[in-house]
Amino acid sequence: MNRLFFALPLVVAAIIGAFALWGLSNGRDPGAIPSALISQPVPEFTLDPIEGVPTPGLATADLKGQGLTLVNVFASWCGPCRAEHPVLTRMSEQQGLRLVGINYKDRPEAAADWLEELGNPYALIGADFTGRAGIEWGVTGVPETFIVNNAGIVVHRFPGPVVGDGQRRFQQALDTAKAAQ
Amino acid sequence: MRRLALILCFLASPVFGVEPDEVLDDPALEERARAISAEVRCVVCQNEPIDSSNAGVARDLRLIIRERLVAGDSDQEVFDFLVARYGDFVLFNPPWKPSTYALWLGPFVILFGGFAAVAVALSRKRGAVTEGLSAEEQARLDALRKKT
Repeated sequence: MNRLFFALPLVVAAIIGAFALWGLSNGRDPGAIPSALISQPVPEFTLDPIEGVPTPGLATADLKGQGLTLVNVFASWCGPCRAEHPVLTRMSEQQGLRLVGINYKDRPEAAADWLEELGNPYALIGADFTGRAGIEWGVTGVPETFIVNNAGIVVHRFPGPVVGDGQRRFQQALDTAKAAQ
Repeated sequence: MRRLALILCFLASPVFGVEPDEVLDDPALEERARAISAEVRCVVCQNEPIDSSNAGVARDLRLIIRERLVAGDSDQEVFDFLVARYGDFVLFNPPWKPSTYALWLGPFVILFGGFAAVAVALSRKRGAVTEGLSAEEQARLDALRKKT
């Protein structure tokens, strides 16, 4: 009994050490914000189309009963959005996914030019000039991409650009969502 | 020159995120809005409350808080609104619920565990002094004494 008692500090140190090791481990991002929206229905919002762009606007009802949909929050002033644009375009074309956009706090002319230059892969685009719809979605910054299932439930939130390792992780989440459909 | 530098320092020190155009006319509501936004974490610059953050989203959230207060929401309703969108993460004060029991109670468990350990150690020490020899030890001692 006594000998066990002497081992107690060692055990406590081991527990604290394991906790610290977990905290420092690779791949754990302490800044990652768990989304409150996962497994919740798409928030209520209605967005008009971007002025000067023929693509129709986006509202809550457009995300229900339409199969798996990617909702991409983008802006012409955002560099990483430019980087992920071809990736998302290719993904939606090759995998037959419906891609819709929320144009976050952007000037209509700038957004129109951006889509003109890079191409417009979006089936629908809502212009969120005030950023209010972004707050309904719990957006912390652009780009951000959500996966919405056929029932209009948000199944995944991906903050940051879908490129490189991010693309791999996004594809994993997408495959999971497809399997669950 | 030094005085000027000092004055400039004082001028520079109060940097607030809240911009003049956001401030409400009703001082009571404004005070509540300030109190709420001091408790809400900015989702961009994460260790800063939205009250002192210059981020765009922080400003939007401050405006929304004020809008909701003007519309007659209670403080709790405003917090609930934010939590519904950004989760418990935005609260600097974590709520009391099963997943946070360890967080709230952990320090007290460790503290009282420490007290208990000290108490046990002290009582053992005192016991060792007053107990004297056990019957077995006394017998051994007697045997040794007889030998000499």
